[in-house]
Amino acid sequence: MDIKFALETFWSLAAALPLTLELAATSIVLGSVLALGLALARLSGILALDLFARVYVFLFRGTPLLVQIFLIYYGLSQFPAVRHSIFWPILREPYWCAVLALMLNTAAYASEIIRGGLLSVPHGQVEAARACGMGRFMIFRRIVMPQALRQALPGYGNEMISMVKATSLASIITLMEITGVAAKLISESYRVIEVFVVAGVIYLAINFALTRLVAFAEHRLNPQLRAPLAISAELKGEAH
Amino acid sequence: MTGPGFLDIISFGPDGWGPALAAGAWMTILIAIAGFAIGGVIGTFGAWAKISGGPLLCSLAEAYTTILRGIPDLLVIYLFYFGGSAVVTAVGQLFGAEGFVSFPGFLAGALAVGITSGAQQTEVYRGAFRAVHPGEVEAATACGMGRLLKFRRITAPLTLRYALPGLGNVWQVVLKESALVSVTGVVELLRQAQIGAGSTSRPFDFFFIAAMIYLAISTVSGLVLQVTERRFSRGVRRG
Repeated sequence: MDIKFALETFWSLAAALPLTLELAATSIVLGSVLALGLALARLSGILALDLFARVYVFLFRGTPLLVQIFLIYYGLSQFPAVRHSIFWPILREPYWCAVLALMLNTAAYASEIIRGGLLSVPHGQVEAARACGMGRFMIFRRIVMPQALRQALPGYGNEMISMVKATSLASIITLMEITGVAAKLISESYRVIEVFVVAGVIYLAINFALTRLVAFAEHRLNPQLRAPLAISAELKGEAH
Repeated sequence: MTGPGFLDIISFGPDGWGPALAAGAWMTILIAIAGFAIGGVIGTFGAWAKISGGPLLCSLAEAYTTILRGIPDLLVIYLFYFGGSAVVTAVGQLFGAEGFVSFPGFLAGALAVGITSGAQQTEVYRGAFRAVHPGEVEAATACGMGRLLKFRRITAPLTLRYALPGLGNVWQVVLKESALVSVTGVVELLRQAQIGAGSTSRPFDFFFIAAMIYLAISTVSGLVLQVTERRFSRGVRRG
């Protein structure tokens, strides 16, 4: 392995890092909003909404992400109505097409994770909150949501990691994020191993950092699982 | 709209893309099966290394699953496609061939899908092996079964039964991952749809049909898996 070439590769790939992170962050944030909506639609008890969410999840989980990206990026331009609409400046851009596809895709997977979290909140707690006189919205905000978030977080962490990996598909519609730059470097230099190792290390580093962040959030959100450090220290101090 | 309608495109008639799309779908299934099978072999070894390999084998298997779960599958496909071509070219030059020799895309794709699904299958098999009740293995020992017989008659079938739901998930992932192999130029379903989209300027119709075929394949295989699961857990009492 050529160290000098590997270093050069590292700098060119690092320049593409912001785009990868931007794609992942934008689609995860927008996707989570849509996912929450879908999960609530599933649990709403309204048949039409429930059915819509079911069909949505079935369609987006049953087809490859790359097909969804192609449908949006290449497919939509088939219709003159789309080309002449106000959305065309957005749908013409590969970046927004990638974000749109990633967001719609992650929403389908995440909505099931969120639904699992919402269902895990014991009914007795909702009843107790109702007995205290809380309104529906307040119950959701104070009782259901915080606990659902805790339950859903580990699963959501995995989904975020798959999203970071999925941003690599944006390279197929000409976006030069990390995998796009790596493919270009490989086809220029034919030094597959070096480029692969460097790109792999960058992705592993992103995902490692993401796992630590999720673990930290889990730690913060679950105070009941933590040892009461501060109090025990004080007590020890008093004993001496 | 001018030109052929949506139904003309999917038809098996003279202007229809039906036969081509069917061939593409068959190629997709072949890639998925090959990748899944390669992943099964790797997964078996990986699970064995993690359960009863020495510290070296165990940490190797651990590193393998961690790395493959952290990097994009597309990158792995590029590694095998370009890396395989580099190796084949080097070997070709040894035997006097000149210029660039490209590695068969099907093989590169199946290997790449196999390596990534192997990491997932390692975890599935390991979890399933852990689920086998020690009492059953003990009972087999008490009956005087040897190690191999015990593995063949007791551990392996039980592990497979517990692994079935997890393997079903891996299969669905593999099926969708096979679409990425289109970047190597193998004419599977998605690549065929791209070709059709390019030559008729009706991209939406073609990608929509491709999506529906993927959906059909995954739904049918999902149903088959459900039936298989029910059949192989007839002896399991629930609830």
